[in-house]
Amino acid sequence: MTRLWKLSGCTSRLLFSKYRLFSSVAEEVRDRLEYDLVIVGAGPAGLSAAIRFKQKCLESNVDLGVCVLEKGSEVGAHILSGNVFEPRSLKELLPDYEKRNAPLHTPAKRDEFYVLTQARAFRLPTPPQMHNKGNYVISLSELTRWLASEAEQLGVEIYPGFAAKSAVYDSKGKVCGVVTNDFGIAKDGNKKPSFQPGVEVRGKVTLLAEGCRGSISKEIMKRFGLQSNCDPQSYALGIKEVWRVPEEKHQAGLVVHTVGWPLDSRTYGGSFIYHMSESRIALGLVVSLDYENPYLSPYQELQKFKTHPKISKMLEGGEVIQYGARSLNEGGFQSIPKLAFPGGALIGCSAGFLNVPKIKGTHTAMKSGMLAAESAFEYLNGSKQYSEGEVELESYEHTLRNSWVYDELSRERNIRPGFRLGLLGGLTNAAIETYVFRGKSFWTLHLPYEANESLKPASSAKKIAYPKPDGKLTFDILTSVALSGTNHDHDQPPHLKVKDSKIVEEVNWRLYAGPESRYCPARVYEYVEDESGQPKLQINAQNCLHCKACDIKDPKQNIQWTVPEGGGGPKYTIM
Amino acid sequence: MKVLVTVKRVVDYAVKVRVKPDGSGVDLSNVKMSMNPFCEIAVEEAVRLKESKVASEVIVASVGPSQSSEQIRTALAMGADRGIHVEVEQELPPSVVSRALKFIVLKEKPSLVILGKQAIDDDCNQTGQMLAQILDWPQGTFVSKVKVEGEKVQVTREVDRGLETLELRLPAIITCDLRLNEPRYATLPNIMKAKKKPVEKLGLKDLNCDPLHGIQTLSVFEPHKRQGGNKVESVAELIDKLRNEAKVI
Repeated sequence: MTRLWKLSGCTSRLLFSKYRLFSSVAEEVRDRLEYDLVIVGAGPAGLSAAIRFKQKCLESNVDLGVCVLEKGSEVGAHILSGNVFEPRSLKELLPDYEKRNAPLHTPAKRDEFYVLTQARAFRLPTPPQMHNKGNYVISLSELTRWLASEAEQLGVEIYPGFAAKSAVYDSKGKVCGVVTNDFGIAKDGNKKPSFQPGVEVRGKVTLLAEGCRGSISKEIMKRFGLQSNCDPQSYALGIKEVWRVPEEKHQAGLVVHTVGWPLDSRTYGGSFIYHMSESRIALGLVVSLDYENPYLSPYQELQKFKTHPKISKMLEGGEVIQYGARSLNEGGFQSIPKLAFPGGALIGCSAGFLNVPKIKGTHTAMKSGMLAAESAFEYLNGSKQYSEGEVELESYEHTLRNSWVYDELSRERNIRPGFRLGLLGGLTNAAIETYVFRGKSFWTLHLPYEANESLKPASSAKKIAYPKPDGKLTFDILTSVALSGTNHDHDQPPHLKVKDSKIVEEVNWRLYAGPESRYCPARVYEYVEDESGQPKLQINAQNCLHCKACDIKDPKQNIQWTVPEGGGGPKYTIM
Repeated sequence: MKVLVTVKRVVDYAVKVRVKPDGSGVDLSNVKMSMNPFCEIAVEEAVRLKESKVASEVIVASVGPSQSSEQIRTALAMGADRGIHVEVEQELPPSVVSRALKFIVLKEKPSLVILGKQAIDDDCNQTGQMLAQILDWPQGTFVSKVKVEGEKVQVTREVDRGLETLELRLPAIITCDLRLNEPRYATLPNIMKAKKKPVEKLGLKDLNCDPLHGIQTLSVFEPHKRQGGNKVESVAELIDKLRNEAKVI
């Protein structure tokens, strides 16, 4: 029986209906909601797409429904970024953003770039990519919340607390929406009294804006072979703390980047220290996930980093107010996949538009969302002609590849791969690319292997002894995790799936000494001794920060991050 | 019968709060807020009464800032029928909130008022009790079981001595404890339907409620950090430390 709801004054055409849909496990009666455009992820890309789409609707006096699903408990809860924001896309999207009180409180005033050794800091000329005149030091979480209120004013429906679990396909194999996660399944897999089946949210067009290593994006890229003509994506893990420091230590608008210590020459990464508003400093360490030493702990490297005399001076007397971590894309130009698939497209970091030398991805993510929205509007408004074999958002592929996003990423494409020559080689290559060839070199470098293939066996790796935390400058990981506000209902199946437990024992533990217990920034993975004294992997799924590092770095890709019940995860507000 | 249930907007239970640098209160800027967990339980109980046809209508009320409308919408999505939002920007103690609620009770005439036992931000545990006093209604607090039978309601209270069962004549006040029920999830279709449910907005003036109260917060500070413990080697050393370091003997 189909019930048709026509909600007066509402801009979406909604159909509530109960369909008996067969899943592979059990028959589930699911509600179905229908929209014109469905967007997974209320981040900068997703919200920019929603806003642009509604703007196009208003221009053409057309009424089309947009639904944005967000797994965080509120918009911004899962958003973490440096962030020195380039307002280029925002100016295009909402030219009167200043009048609309966009939270761009702190203009970037001064850029500094250092190479650190254990005791000293050598200031180098700031690379041109790191000149931030005209940019702002922001909290992306805060900006995203503001974008959400702008979107809602235009009639976009945003639903936080609902995790899109997987794509829904029609009989021709086209993506026609997503299904949200069930609520109320107990740890043992049985339904609790509070069980609510997930809902099918159908869209004529579906945009995936899940951020780096999105779970549905991963499924879609595999199914439609979107990465068959590009390099595999490469990744880094960014771990960030926001400090409140005494006023005399704070210099609003100061933007500092460092390379070198504590990371060794073979591990690509660096730190950022951004002075925000209200006496706060955002600082973090970004470590490439193709590091080789299984004993490396990115979290501990960040703690070590803070003890450097130049850094500790900045933080003395301060306190950490929030902590978090998220993986980010480093593949750049070479790893841009095919973006449009039957029924939708990838936008933002789900595709991967981060400019690595600038370490900025927000402006490109927003622009990709806007271009996809324009393409989606063209399709839904019936104004485009399609040839054989073209998918709905084919024009987005073209407009993106002809946009400044593509040019920008192409210019910087050889910088990150150059660092496989080590720090010095990488910096030299970067200088040549930037100053001599100005991004127009006629070759393209590639990264030799994927993150999960890079680990050396523990037997040939050097153990790293990290110092104990002092509780003032450096902290133990669980104290930090508490500052992310992360939590999940404990009585649900663990969302981190280990496909083969034998591989954990034979490969993760025996060969690599359990690297996940070190790279996870939330202490989700722990090896504890069972009754027979054998080390067993314990998964503390409740701590998860949704950073996706395990999904990326696990040597045999044996750990799969799946989406937990909506509303769980971190509660970032100023990240 | 009509049921009135109250909800409060508080800091989310998983968030670590900090004190404002000037010690005037807790820093609530940029902090995730949610419905008080005990209020969630209260809403769930009210909705269950409606589903078992004991209650004919569930009204949800909140006394709080403009953003409290989010919590009212969540309660509506869980199954309440309509909302009443008393908008006040300043923080009010239970003595004033209960006075505001009294006016709502007199206007709506519910037979049962269900509240959470306490809010997790101030831990006062007073609003339900004060409301019962000023209405001169019977109250069942820390309730873990509710059974309505005609003009009476039987409640089981969780008290220090164990479980106490009381019979209250309606109309009555109930405050909920943890084990009363497990609140349902608000589903996506219900959240959409809730947008259309009516929410009445009122100010304290509309209720003739005087916000004056006799409580002034002097200062807020974090609890003193725990010192590490010390192991002592002998009784003599223990006495020495108790006398000279801890200065308690």
